[in-house]
Amino acid sequence: MMNDQPHFNVAYSLENVSFSYGRRNRAVSEAVLNDLSCLILSGRVLGILGPNGSGKSTLLKLLARVFEPQQGKIELLGDSLSSLSQLEVAKRVALVPQETVQVFPFTISEMVMMGRSPHHQGWGGWHWEDSQDWAIAQNAMEELDVAHLGDRLVTEVSGGERQRAVIARALVQEPQVLLLDEPTAFLDLHHQLDIARIIKRLNRDRGLTVVLVSHDLNLASQYCDHVLLLNHGRLAAMGSPQKVLNPEIIEAVYGCSVLVDQHPQSGLPRVSLPV
Amino acid sequence: MKPTLDVPSPAASQAERSGKPSVPIQRALTSSRTLTRSRWWLWISSGCVVTVVVVVGCLGLGTQAIPYSRIIAIILDAVVGTSMEQDLGDPTSIILLQVRMPRLLLAFLVGGSLAMVGVALQALLRNPLADPFVIGISSGAALGAAIALLFGVGISVGSISALPVCAFAGALFSLIIMYRISSAQFGFSVYTLLLAGVVLNAIFSAFIMFLTSIAEPNRVYGMYAWLMGTLTGPEWSTLGMLVLYLGVGLFVLGIHAQSLNLLTLGEETARSLGVEVERVKKSVFLASALLTGAVVSFSGIIGFVGLIIPHAVRLVVSADHRLLLPMAGLVGGMFLMLADTVARTALSPSEFPVGVITALVGGPIFLWLLTTRQTQLGMK
Repeated sequence: MMNDQPHFNVAYSLENVSFSYGRRNRAVSEAVLNDLSCLILSGRVLGILGPNGSGKSTLLKLLARVFEPQQGKIELLGDSLSSLSQLEVAKRVALVPQETVQVFPFTISEMVMMGRSPHHQGWGGWHWEDSQDWAIAQNAMEELDVAHLGDRLVTEVSGGERQRAVIARALVQEPQVLLLDEPTAFLDLHHQLDIARIIKRLNRDRGLTVVLVSHDLNLASQYCDHVLLLNHGRLAAMGSPQKVLNPEIIEAVYGCSVLVDQHPQSGLPRVSLPV
Repeated sequence: MKPTLDVPSPAASQAERSGKPSVPIQRALTSSRTLTRSRWWLWISSGCVVTVVVVVGCLGLGTQAIPYSRIIAIILDAVVGTSMEQDLGDPTSIILLQVRMPRLLLAFLVGGSLAMVGVALQALLRNPLADPFVIGISSGAALGAAIALLFGVGISVGSISALPVCAFAGALFSLIIMYRISSAQFGFSVYTLLLAGVVLNAIFSAFIMFLTSIAEPNRVYGMYAWLMGTLTGPEWSTLGMLVLYLGVGLFVLGIHAQSLNLLTLGEETARSLGVEVERVKKSVFLASALLTGAVVSFSGIIGFVGLIIPHAVRLVVSADHRLLLPMAGLVGGMFLMLADTVARTALSPSEFPVGVITALVGGPIFLWLLTTRQTQLGMK
C-alpha cells in the first residue's frame, strides 16, 4: 500500500525447499527442513508452529535469506530470493530475531536508526542519515512507544522495551514483510499481549505481511490468519487456525493429547493441556 | 541538523492516518550521543587539535629539553623553509627533526593502528576483549618477523624490506588457520575463534622461544627488546613505507564502519539488514592482518592499546564505528606518544621498552573498567 511496487497476492512461494546445517554432502536424514512447499499470502499474519527442533526458526531465516536452501526454490514477491542482493532483500523483508544481545554501549535510537541502513548505499555501506531517516525513525519509535527511551543504552532497558525497539528498527526498514522469531518468548503476560496487539495493528494499518514463529498455540490462534504446522522439517498442516488447531493434528505432531475448545471472546480454537 | 516532519515519508502519513498527533521531532533522536555529521566533525577536529598539542608537548621533552618557542620555530622553518632561524646543521634542529619527530610519528601511527584494529576485531567478534594480541594475530606477525630477523631474511629487496612482508604473512597465516578452524562448523562461531586465538598465541610463542634459544646470542638481545615492544630509531624513509601499509589498511576499515555497526547486532541480523557478511569479514580480517603485520614489524609487540583505547572511547564518545574508529585512532596515537615519551625520559638518559608502560598503565585501567562499568562493557 505504501510502496510503488505492484500488489502481489503471494508474498512467498516455496517449492521443494530442503535445508541442512553443516557440510553440503550430509545425509538427507539430517535435514532441518525437508521438501517443503507452500505459499505465504501477502497482507496476512502467518504463524509458524511446531515442536522444538521442527525447523521453525530455520524456515524464518530462509525467508530472510540469512541462510540459503541447498535444494528447492524460494520466491519473494515474484522474484527468486537467491537472485536478489542482500540489500534488496533487506529493503523488502525485516527480521526481528528472538533475542537481541548487544555488548557495546549503543543507544536505543542508534539501534533503531540502523534499520535505515539498507536504504543507503555507499562504499562498504558508509553513509549519513538524512532528515527523512530521522523522521521515519522518530515515527516508528513513537508507534512502538520507545521514543522516550532514545537516549538509554540497549543494555539498560527491559526485555519488553528492547523487543519493541527491535520491532521499531524493523519498521524503519520500511519492509513489505515482517518476520518475527518467537516475539513473545521472554516476555511476561502483559508484554506478550502488548507485542501481539502491536503486530496485529501493523498488519492492519500498514498492510504488512507478517510471518511469526511461536510456541504459543493460543497466541497463534488469536492473532494469526493462517498457521503452518511443522513436524521434523516437514509440512504437517497449513490453513486457518480453526482447521489446523484440532486435537487430532496437534496430538499427531506434538505427541500429546490436548483439549481444544472455543475462546470465550473470539470463538477461535483454544488449546488446553489435560490434567 | 534539524529533522522536520513535513518530509513526505510513508511512515509520517501513516501516523496521521492512524490519528496520532504528529508531534515535532523531540530530543530522543538528537540526543547527546546520537551521531550527526556536525557532531562528527566537531569530535574529529577537537581530536586533531589535542593531538597537535600532545605532539608539540612531547617534542620538547627528552634528555635535552627544548623550549616550545624554539620547537615551533624549527618546525615552521622545516615546513615553510623560511630559514630565518638557523642553518640545518644545528644540533637542536637535528635532534628534533631527525630523532624525536620520526619516533613520535611512529608512536602515533602504531598506537592509532593498534586501537583501530582492536575496534574492528571487537565488532567483528562481538567481544569487547578481542584484540590483535589476544586472538593471535600479533604473535603470528611476530613469528613471521622473528624468522626474518633471526635468519637474516630481514634484508631489503629493492626498496621493500622483507620484515613487514614476513610479519604480514605471519599475521595472515594465523588468521587463515583460525578462519579454517572456525569454518569447520557451520557459520563462524565467535567463541571458537577466540579460543583458537588463545591456543595459537601459545603455539606461536613457543616457536618464538624456540627460535630465540637456538639463535646467536648477539641477535637474541635485539629480539628481546623488540618482543617487548620498542619504538627506537625509525628513519623517515622507512616511515614512508609504514604510512603506505597503514593507509591501505585503515582505508578498508574506515569504509566498513557502518557494516561494523550492524555486525555488532550479530551476523544473522546484520545479514537481514543487508550486510554481505562474509565479504565484509574477509576484508576487515585482511586489513587487520595488514595493519598488525606492518605495526609489529616496526615496533614489536605492544599490548593493551587495542584493548583499552576502544573501551575508553566507546564510553566517552560513541559506540558508532563511524566516529569510534577515527577517534580511537587519534586517542590510541596520543596514548602511545605519551607512553613512549615517558619510556624515553623517565630514566633518562637510559630508556625502557614502551610495551612495559602500556601494560602497566593499560592493565590497571582495564581492570578498573572491568569492575566498575560492567554493563557498558557488555560483561554482565
